[in-house]
Amino acid sequence: MADEVILLDFWPSPFGMRVRIALTEKGIKYEYREEDLRNKSPTFLQMNPVHKKIPVLIHNDKPICESLIAVQYIDEIWNKKNPLLPSDPYQRSQARFWADYADKKIYDLGRKIWTSKGEEREGAKKEFIEVLKLFEEQLGDKVYFGGDNLGFVDIALVPFSTWFKALEIFGTLNVESECPKIISWANRCVQKESVSKSLPDQNKVFEFIADVKKKSGVE
Amino acid sequence: MASEHEEEVRVLGKWASPFTHRVVLTLKLKGVAYKYFEEDFANKSDDLLKYNPVYKMVPVLIHNGNSLPESLVIVQYIDDTWTNNPLLPQDPYERALACFWLKTLDDKILPAVWNACWSDGRDKAVEEGLESLKILQEALNGKRFFGGETIGMVDIAASFIGYWVDILQEIEGLELLTIEKFPKLYKWSQEFVNHPVIKETLPPRDKLFAFFKASASKNKDSTA
Repeated sequence: MADEVILLDFWPSPFGMRVRIALTEKGIKYEYREEDLRNKSPTFLQMNPVHKKIPVLIHNDKPICESLIAVQYIDEIWNKKNPLLPSDPYQRSQARFWADYADKKIYDLGRKIWTSKGEEREGAKKEFIEVLKLFEEQLGDKVYFGGDNLGFVDIALVPFSTWFKALEIFGTLNVESECPKIISWANRCVQKESVSKSLPDQNKVFEFIADVKKKSGVE
Repeated sequence: MASEHEEEVRVLGKWASPFTHRVVLTLKLKGVAYKYFEEDFANKSDDLLKYNPVYKMVPVLIHNGNSLPESLVIVQYIDDTWTNNPLLPQDPYERALACFWLKTLDDKILPAVWNACWSDGRDKAVEEGLESLKILQEALNGKRFFGGETIGMVDIAASFIGYWVDILQEIEGLELLTIEKFPKLYKWSQEFVNHPVIKETLPPRDKLFAFFKASASKNKDSTA
């Protein structure tokens, strides 16, 4: 029985990128469907009635919402190749903790940096750098957070690297000078086909964010 | 997974916290022996700062020297490590669904209901709280527990709804989780608090009532 895998997604979404990376790492053929979030389709609303958000992974007509849950599901179902989570329970829980930490901090802080001004922005920048430094500490001397191979935390975090240009231009935040290890880690990730195929060009993302800023009236 | 040497399991927590309760209840359901330490937030212990440097909050689990914060990460770790009495479904899709509800509880439902409890009856907050309870009742889908016939991880994660909400709504004179408004969810909450293992783990109602009432008065005084 052939698996039918569909991904409802929105190209600049870092959460959607996570699922794209996981599917590609596992070599899974899937249909990518772009959802226009300003004009949500009835199918989409049916697939994620609680949160009405992308990404939604649909596997043989069964919807899975929340990017990190979808990534874990992919890892469990297609478990013969490229494990994304460690098998040891403690290592696995550490991976979940750091992926969850990325979820709690990076998105909101990043948005604050390009939508706020003055003291509020400076506060967000400071905290953002502290968060990245914590991740640098976790990475240590490893090639990836997952060790020698791309793992759960790498997949959770690397999509946010598409925001770095926007952070620099709108937030005057140069990630490279503050957290060089994160930049070199992100560059290593992008060498992997699963990541380079799943992440849009940073310039395109920058233009998208500029557009969102303009439309929401933030200078 | 029993090892030959003695397992050292410690929990740093706060007795009134539903998040600490999740961890304590999970350990009890698995039959795991543990030592409990009550944290005083006015005077955080060296252990807390050492074992949860990122958030400096409870609960924290320490297992043979390895530490873990975040109640749902801890509960999943316990379930992965002590594999008797599994708290998540075996089927990967059902498991993904359960994980979705765990996340939705923490990201959406619990904050909305908590806000509704402390909102002084403000319409919007109460409306959002009720909407969240409606979503949770739908997730129950006519089952006895979220885990089916037996307690599962989503039931454990929803202990705030099962026990704490009744106390808070009484203190504030609100009607959030009632048999009239949410008959199925209310019935679940009764099954929850009367479950033989769970009821031994719940902090005494009168103590919790006094604790939150004092905290409510303090908040009102500071905003007066």
